[in-house]
Amino acid sequence: MSGKGRLDKDRLRVVLYEGPGAAPLADEARFETLVALLEDGHQVTRPAAGTAVAAADDSQHLVLGRFDDASAVNDAGFQSFDISDLDPAGVLEGVKARVSDVGADQPGGWKPWFPVIDYDRCTNCMQCLTFCLFDVYGVDGQQQIDVQHEDKCKTDCPACSRVCPEAAIMFPKYKKGPINGDVVREEDLQNESMKVDISALLGGDIYSALRTRQSEARQRFSTERDESKALLERKRCLAKLKKNLDIPDEVLMTLPSVGDIQDRARRAREKAERRQDRSQTMKDRRPTEDDWGI
Amino acid sequence: MSNDTRILYCHCVYAKVIPDETRRAVLAELSASGVAFDAVADLCEMSARKDPALKRLAGSGAVRIAACFPRAVQWLFHAADAPLPETGVDVFNMRDEAPADVVAGLSEGRTSEARS
Ligand code: SF4
Ligand code: SF4
Repeated sequence: MSGKGRLDKDRLRVVLYEGPGAAPLADEARFETLVALLEDGHQVTRPAAGTAVAAADDSQHLVLGRFDDASAVNDAGFQSFDISDLDPAGVLEGVKARVSDVGADQPGGWKPWFPVIDYDRCTNCMQCLTFCLFDVYGVDGQQQIDVQHEDKCKTDCPACSRVCPEAAIMFPKYKKGPINGDVVREEDLQNESMKVDISALLGGDIYSALRTRQSEARQRFSTERDESKALLERKRCLAKLKKNLDIPDEVLMTLPSVGDIQDRARRAREKAERRQDRSQTMKDRRPTEDDWGI
Repeated sequence: MSNDTRILYCHCVYAKVIPDETRRAVLAELSASGVAFDAVADLCEMSARKDPALKRLAGSGAVRIAACFPRAVQWLFHAADAPLPETGVDVFNMRDEAPADVVAGLSEGRTSEARS
């Protein structure tokens, strides 16, 4: 297994070839071979005369076929693998061995569970970044919210999608819409189970501050925040999340300490105060990671 | 089907959100059809891992995709810095659509809007 972080080496592109120089496969053998390779995580291209596939790039290709003559494939610079006498399981074993030989990434081993942002809906309010306890979110060079650590996301936890006021966060493998990517309807935005007020989780008036970005709201945020009340409210809210919204125990048990929350609140307050001092020049700016002390 | 419109099939292997009979029926039809296609194990996993193969799959022109919700597919590619083309993309949703409709769509395309 190659783990679940970003790929540090390319994968092999497997090509199931039945053109000149290779005998065709029986329909069932072709299908079962495809299934075996896909179930093991491989990418398979099946070329055919007259229709297109994705263009060749500089990734390594492994061309499988029942070859009479593989010279055309080899002369084109591709590695060939004769599968004439192999059943689908044998083909898979051979492919895995070649993946290992060439040092390509061995796929598999992780249920890919992570947030996907719909930037047609996202307003860059940073609520997801503020809410997530696991550093999944960050901001890019243009101060745009970004998913930066997909592998830190807690499997089967859709919590951040509930706090997004725009229903812009998807988990494509979630069971229900619109979190799974289904069309967002007006009633989804109204639905209480879709929308958890982050101000109730963290205390203070962050929600309104983020919405209005007015100095008045910032002032209220910086002066009314009460850390111990925030923690109690957060705990109460998280109990509700667990019950109603599919938030797993693992996430609830990884709550930051009172000290963590107080520290985060203190940094946010300091930043807010500094920002107020710069309010003239900051007027039209969107909130950034720096602004919210994350 | 026009010769330069490609087909991309996602097997959604790391979570069972596509009914197994749908995946097998669509793949069996494609496999027996004699048309060319690219098949991947799981677009979500490729997106999470920023697999450079997504650039190849997105950057080779018009494509019909059998996967799940079009909004999810669009932004999965985007998340891997491999945005799909603005036009010429049809996504067929194996979570909701019948296998026969997906197969017909892959071979004939959609007349309606591509990504809604
Ligand atoms: S909470 Fe939603 S709208 Fe706000 S930055 Fe995150 S994804 Fe965008
Ligand atoms: S893109 Fe859709 S069909 Fe493909 S792996 Fe992800 S959830 Fe499954």
